[in-house]
Amino acid sequence: MEFIHDLMTYEFLQKAFITSIMVGIICGVIGSFIVLRGMALMGDAISHAVLPGVAISYMLGINYFYGAAITGVLTALGIGVISQNSRIKNDSSIGLVFSAMFALGIVLITAAQSATDLTQILFGNVLSVRTSDMLITLIVGAIVLLSVFLFYKELLVSSFDETMAAAYGLKVRLIHYGIMVLLTLVTVASLQTVGVILVVSMLITPASTAYLLTNRLSIMIFLAASFGALSSILGLYFSFLYNLPSGPIIVLATTTIFIIVFLFSPRQGTFWRMLQKNKRKVAIGK
Amino acid sequence: MQDTINVENLSVSYYGNEVLKDISFSFKTGNLIGIIGPNGAGKSTLMKAALGLISKDSGKVEICGKPIDNVRKKIAYVPQRSNIDWDFPIIVKDTVLLGTFPNLGLFRRPSKKDKELAAQCLEEVGMKDFSNRQIAELSGGQQQRVFLARALAQKADFFFLDEPFVGIDVASEEVIINILKSLRDAGKTIFVVHHDLSKVEHYFDDLILINKELFGAGPVKKVFRTENMKRCYNMNLSFPQGLGVGV
Repeated sequence: MEFIHDLMTYEFLQKAFITSIMVGIICGVIGSFIVLRGMALMGDAISHAVLPGVAISYMLGINYFYGAAITGVLTALGIGVISQNSRIKNDSSIGLVFSAMFALGIVLITAAQSATDLTQILFGNVLSVRTSDMLITLIVGAIVLLSVFLFYKELLVSSFDETMAAAYGLKVRLIHYGIMVLLTLVTVASLQTVGVILVVSMLITPASTAYLLTNRLSIMIFLAASFGALSSILGLYFSFLYNLPSGPIIVLATTTIFIIVFLFSPRQGTFWRMLQKNKRKVAIGK
Repeated sequence: MQDTINVENLSVSYYGNEVLKDISFSFKTGNLIGIIGPNGAGKSTLMKAALGLISKDSGKVEICGKPIDNVRKKIAYVPQRSNIDWDFPIIVKDTVLLGTFPNLGLFRRPSKKDKELAAQCLEEVGMKDFSNRQIAELSGGQQQRVFLARALAQKADFFFLDEPFVGIDVASEEVIINILKSLRDAGKTIFVVHHDLSKVEHYFDDLILINKELFGAGPVKKVFRTENMKRCYNMNLSFPQGLGVGV
């Protein structure tokens, strides 16, 4: 295994390795809640909406993390304001806000810098991870994992039955915006690894794969994190080996795992179901 | 005026349409109260608005002289079955365990004691054998019983059930109404959104009769009368036509 040898040798590869595993884990964890709360589109929106923040940070010469976090949270708030204060439905307000933010981001980035940077932000380049990026990812990872651990009870009950939770006095709005903040942090941490456009895949696909395999939230979160990390490692490996952009490779890896589970999972597997249907048909035919 | 539940001048509207108009009532605690009215009368809306779950135009709700936010942990809410995501990755016993969360506060996990309480509540509704099933693998009546068990695990004083008897089997209905009655006998207050008029007299002590506005609130014998029912249920058909709207 030459890859393992290279991993031992090159520092940039080690940084990429640690960063992408952390990204895989936190995307799986937060993604589980995004999937169960029906907020997939919101995940897509936030990830696109961090772009202007990245551009502004670039212009100001600060780490892209700060600008991205701010525009991400502003977008979540903006979507909430529109859908709660008018008859415009939630999915429309999401589409409305995030496409505007994305457009603004592209304009700002093009104005500020050359197009090569744009490609990196859009599709990720995990091999160019700097030490500071890795540290930010690790800190974000710690925040996300700790929050989910500490507030697991509240996250569980508000995701499952928000009305009951609100009735007994849980601050469900606050939880919603808390998740938005975590989602923004995760998105920003994933920028270098998978890029803006494909983050949503890392949020949704590993979590959906896990959803097919279990009837318990805690196990779902654990499985989603494992699938996320595994996809990240695969993505890094092929990206390094064939000099391909890491984002799309990671997404293809996570999708492959999904398809295998979709077809062959013990309880929900489509393949088994088709087989059973056929058996029945044959039996009837006889 | 201590042990009462008061709702004063409650109004709710959606984008200018008045759904509930100036509803006021007052009940003693310790009764089993039915909320009835025709389809689209705003029964569920009344319950949700009174609990502060949806925004209202006006209205004051007090439980035992205190604003509702002071007694939230003592409020158990059982939603309509159609409002639950039955594919959620959760099994029966963990669903009941959610009922213990309000009394745990932040950061505390359910203890062994809480799990025992949940198991006991499941036993009470006759669902112990289904503890490890995913909730979609149950019949409608079984699902409703599990949610009642969750409310029991909360050890609440006030129960709010939104259409608990819709689409469930006779046996489950029996189990549920008997538990509600014994809760009442233990001094709890229970509100039930209900639409089957045939059982009203057997089930409830008090009634709230609404169709956008209040058509009666008080003991079943006083409210559940032909003239009241006629007024409330005919409103939909004759009143708008009488005003020259519609056909």
